[in-house]
Amino acid sequence: MAVSYTSREQIEVYRFSWPVAILIPLLAIFLQAFLPLRFSFFSIFDLPLLIVIFFAMARRSQVAGLMTGAVIGLLQDSLTHHPLGVYGIAKTVVGYGASSLGVKLDVESVGTRLLVTSGFYVVHQIIYFTIARLLVGLDLHWVWSRELIAAVANAVVGVLLFTLMDRLKERA
Amino acid sequence: MDTFIGRYRNVSILAAAVFLQLIGLAYQVKKQTSKDSEESSRLLRVWAISAITPLEKGIVRLQTGTGNLWHNYVYLRGVRQENRDLQEKLQKLQLEQVRLQQDATQARRLQSLLGFKEQFIDQTIAAQVIGSSGSEQSRVVYIDKGSTDGIKEGMPVISAEGIVGKVILVQSSVSQVLLINDQTSGVGTILEQSRLQGVLKGRASGQLVLDKVMSEEDVKTGERVLTSGGDQIFPKGLPVGTIGEVKRGGEFLQVQVKPAAALNHLEEVLVITKKREREPDKAAVSSMRAADILAQRLPQVPDKPAEPAKTGSQTIGSTNLTKPATAGGMAPGVAQPKPTIGASVPSPGTQPKPIAPVPTGTTQTTTHPATLGSVPLTTKPVQSRPLQNGASGNAQATSQPKATPAGTAPAATTVKKPAAQPAQTTPPIQTAPQSDTGDTPQ
Repeated sequence: MAVSYTSREQIEVYRFSWPVAILIPLLAIFLQAFLPLRFSFFSIFDLPLLIVIFFAMARRSQVAGLMTGAVIGLLQDSLTHHPLGVYGIAKTVVGYGASSLGVKLDVESVGTRLLVTSGFYVVHQIIYFTIARLLVGLDLHWVWSRELIAAVANAVVGVLLFTLMDRLKERA
Repeated sequence: MDTFIGRYRNVSILAAAVFLQLIGLAYQVKKQTSKDSEESSRLLRVWAISAITPLEKGIVRLQTGTGNLWHNYVYLRGVRQENRDLQEKLQKLQLEQVRLQQDATQARRLQSLLGFKEQFIDQTIAAQVIGSSGSEQSRVVYIDKGSTDGIKEGMPVISAEGIVGKVILVQSSVSQVLLINDQTSGVGTILEQSRLQGVLKGRASGQLVLDKVMSEEDVKTGERVLTSGGDQIFPKGLPVGTIGEVKRGGEFLQVQVKPAAALNHLEEVLVITKKREREPDKAAVSSMRAADILAQRLPQVPDKPAEPAKTGSQTIGSTNLTKPATAGGMAPGVAQPKPTIGASVPSPGTQPKPIAPVPTGTTQTTTHPATLGSVPLTTKPVQSRPLQNGASGNAQATSQPKATPAGTAPAATTVKKPAAQPAQTTPPIQTAPQSDTGDTPQ
């Protein structure tokens, strides 16, 4: 067992049934692709990222976390017209980081979830922008104010979403 | 070694996963222009799209079905009034169409003379937008028509308001459309008034900008932007948007364009599946010089003077070479306005019958045909006068004096123009045939 800053009771390791593990990421990707057409403000959210963070923190397995991130990221990439891997790499790293943090911290509380989600959103965006600019050659401009607002918005939605998804968790 | 890997197993897996994706990404970027790269990542894309789009299709159809049920069977309030309004609008549009047909016919005749090629929208397929990429950095949408419906890569996509994008990926029942505001897209455009050409590009923020416009050019806010046809994708003359903010400074202007189509709220689009390119009929025109055609169509001096007509008399300023009457809302399939022979020139095969003679002592000036081919295409077109009420308004609109292009000899000749009856004398324009798919033809 890894060194933890939480009590043993708080280091619960959860698992998810196969239907949940498959359908929830697909549903998140679907909503991410569908809703911005109807509500343009929705493009500020990154539902697949929130799902990656949630699964990674709940499973508390770094390998499972990075694999979840890689798969969801690559699926998200495949809906774009850019080369595959930009979202994949960013979400792989976030999945690994979230699961690593899940081992060491109590990530069940609302405050922690807010901080962790907003922090990982910024990390995700930094990795995405770096790869997209340097490797793919996209002309992107980093705007701190926009990214911070998006981070907070995602964190708020993430807290609500995590509360709903807690019901889908099963103790391992 | 085993201990090291065992200790850093998770980090090693992370590094391997990232490394593999980086290698794959670099490979795709390097081979981005070749077809191999497309094929290498195609399988995953097909899987992902096949997994996501059926749900999107289902929801969109459910939404559309429910909306249709409500609007077509339940909520019919105000339909009678709307019907009356539409009937009135239809009548006005029919009158305007006659005028546009005449303009288009004249434009085509001149195009033939000048050896132009022109493209018409021949067949379109209506499609429903079912989803997007979900990323602000990749502005693509998915439509519910694919290769089984005749969609192919590179086909232009338009909406009722203006151009939307082009098809970049086709599957059996779904296609991916790259929007014009994506930063990897580019559209050849021309400004309606100034005839300034430029390439329309998207920015990361989703804004549209006109690229590489020199700072000395005069670009006015609100001017309409049309497709120029230079990109070989979009037919010429389709509405793109209007000029928004123009910022000066540096070598090039920063010209923002407001898209005509609602790119953020697309619901239904038209895919142009067939464009008809018409070569000029050289056999028909080669035997006759432009001068002959022009002379044939100019009003003849009658043998004996008649009383000046009260109506239909127009003063043609200096020359009969005019600039195009720019009709607002260039309909797809209608030829782009070009410098045309004066709008008063009647249709082929129709001998004009002037109702009033040229006053004695007035020399009627005919522009030399050699100037026809040298009419600068960059000259500013003249706004057509608004259509008057009734058929007389139509006749008036077809015989309005137009501005004089620079470089033509001023003659200031007054010529009594025939009161044209375009509905009778003008042969019907050749319109695009009906779409054999039953979808909306242009």
